Amino acid sequence: MTREYETVIGLEVHVELATRTKIFCGCSTAFGGRPNSHTCPVCTGMPGALPVLNRQVLDHAVAVGLATHCEVMRICRFDRKNYFYPDNPQNYQISQLYLPICREGYVDIDVPEGVRRIGIHEIHMEEDAGKLIHCEDGKRTLVDYNRSGVPLIEIVTEPDMRNAGEVNAFLDKLRLIIQYLGASDCKLQEGSMRVDVNLSVRKTDTAVLGTRTEMKNLNSFHAVSRAIEGERDRQIALLESGGQVVMETRRWDDGAGRSYAMRSKEDVRDYRYFPDPDLPPVHMGQEYLEKIRAQAPEFPAEKMARYREEYGIPDYDIRIITASKHMADLFEAATGICGQPKKVSNWLMGETLRLLRERNMDAQDIRVSPRHLAALVELTEKKEITGSVAKEVFEVMFESDVDPVKYVAEKGLKTVGDSHLLRSTAQEVIAANPKSVADYHSGKEKALGFLVGQTMKAMGGKADPVGVSGLLKELLQNGKTGA
Amino acid sequence: MATKITDNTIDYIAALAKLELTDDERRRAAEDMEKMLDYIHILEELDTAGMAPAFHIFPVENVFREDQVTNGEGREETLRNAPVEEDHMFVVPRTVD
Repeated sequence: MTREYETVIGLEVHVELATRTKIFCGCSTAFGGRPNSHTCPVCTGMPGALPVLNRQVLDHAVAVGLATHCEVMRICRFDRKNYFYPDNPQNYQISQLYLPICREGYVDIDVPEGVRRIGIHEIHMEEDAGKLIHCEDGKRTLVDYNRSGVPLIEIVTEPDMRNAGEVNAFLDKLRLIIQYLGASDCKLQEGSMRVDVNLSVRKTDTAVLGTRTEMKNLNSFHAVSRAIEGERDRQIALLESGGQVVMETRRWDDGAGRSYAMRSKEDVRDYRYFPDPDLPPVHMGQEYLEKIRAQAPEFPAEKMARYREEYGIPDYDIRIITASKHMADLFEAATGICGQPKKVSNWLMGETLRLLRERNMDAQDIRVSPRHLAALVELTEKKEITGSVAKEVFEVMFESDVDPVKYVAEKGLKTVGDSHLLRSTAQEVIAANPKSVADYHSGKEKALGFLVGQTMKAMGGKADPVGVSGLLKELLQNGKTGA
Repeated sequence: MATKITDNTIDYIAALAKLELTDDERRRAAEDMEKMLDYIHILEELDTAGMAPAFHIFPVENVFREDQVTNGEGREETLRNAPVEEDHMFVVPRTVD
C-alpha cells in the first residue's frame, strides 16, 4: 500500500541562538536561573516597555542565512503575532511575517541516490515564550518567564523531503552548519533546536499535494523518524479507508509511538499580524553582509580536506572528528600542543566515544580540555604511565577535566620500572603460582600471560606490561637453570 | 463611502480579543469601527504610485543594543504583578486538558 503513495515533508526548525542576552532586552539567557529571575518589563510585556534588537541576534541570523545560500533581504522588519496564552504575557509574539530576514536558500544533503537539494523557504527571527509547568493537581499551571524573549530563528524549508532518512540527513547537516558558525548548540533534547514536521501523502501518479498535518514535540532524531513513519501510515490508512486527512496540529508521544490531535481552546487561527511599531526596520548593506561572510568559519568539508593534508589520520577518524565542531576544536588544539595527531585521535575514537555512548552524551558535552588531553598523550608517550593507568586517568578527566600530571603525581600512578619492588613482586608471584610456572616450562605460552597479569595486578597497574613480561621470562629462565 | 460592520464581524473580533460585549457595546463598537474605516478610505484616495514604501512611520532604522547583560535579578519586581504566585512563579488556570 505504502508504495502507491509518496510522502511529502517540509520542516519548521526553531533554533535558539547563542547569545548572552535576550533578543530585545539586557536580561541574561543563562540556562537554569531561578524562576523569573531573568526578567524585566520588556520580556514580561509591561506597557510602555521598549524592545531594542540585540545586534548579535542579527549577526547570527545573517550568518546562518549566508551559510544556507539564502538571499539576505536588504530590509527586514518585525511583526506582532497576536494570541492569548499565559506563556506570553505580551499577548503577542514579536516575529517576522511580511519582511523576514532571509529567503530562498538551500542545503544539499547526501542521499543513497546522490545529492538532494532541500530548499529553504525563509528564515525569520523571533522571541521564545516562557515555560509552563503543569501542576499535578490538574488545576493550576505555573509560569516561568526566564525563557521569554530568548532569541530564536525559525528556518522554514520547502516540502522537498520524501522520507525520514532525508529529514535526518537535512537536520544533521543544518545542525552541523549552525554549530560550526557558533550560532547555537542545537540540542534537540534540551530544546535549543525544535523541529515541527509538516507531512502529507499523495498518490504517486498525482502532482497535487495532499492535506498536511503539523507534528510537534519531537525531542530527538529518533523521535523525528518514528513520528514521520507513524504519521505517514496513519494518513495512508485514513485515505484507504475512505476518510480524509484533517489539517491540524498533532503532538507526538514517543513513548506510546503515536500522535494525538492537539485540542486547542483557541480554534481560530487568526494571528492578526501587523508591523511592530516599537521596532524600526533593519537595513543591511553590502558591506555588513561581506563582514559577516568574512567571519564564516572553516566548514566541515574544508576541514576534512585540510585534516587529510595536515594530520595524516585515517578518513574514519576525520569523519567522526569533524562531525562535531567541539571535537574538531579539541583535536586541533590538543594536537597543536603535543604534536601527535594520531595519538590524540585515538583517545577521541576510543575512550571518548565509548564514554559518550555509555553516558548517552553528545560530542559537544566533552569537558576534557586540550591542554590536559595533550598532557595525557605526553605522559603515555614518555612511558610515565601505562596504557591501563592512562585509561583510568582519562575517565577521571572525562568527568571533571583534572590535570593528568597532577592527578598521576597525587595518586602515585607513575609506572614502576625495573626496580627492586617490581623484581620482588614478580618473584612473589612466581612463588605463589607453581602450577603456572610448571605450565610455562612445559611450553604453554599462555601461562606467562597469566603471571604478567598477576604481577600487574599486584603492582596496581603501575608497571609497564612489556617490561614485566621480560622480567618474568628472565626470572623463570633463571629459576629453571637454578641460577 | 459608508462602511458597514456586520454583527458577524463584531462577534469574530470580540472572540479574538476575548471580550464579552453587551448589545449596547456591540452597537457602539460597530459605529466606531465604521468611522475608522471610512477615515482610512480617505487615505486610500491618495495616489502613491511611484512612491517608495514606508517601512516605518518614522525615518529611523538599525537601532541595536550590544549583547551585554545589563539587567540584574528581576524576580521580585516581576512577581509584584502576579495576582497569585507559587515557588516564585505565576499561577494561572491549567492550560492543557
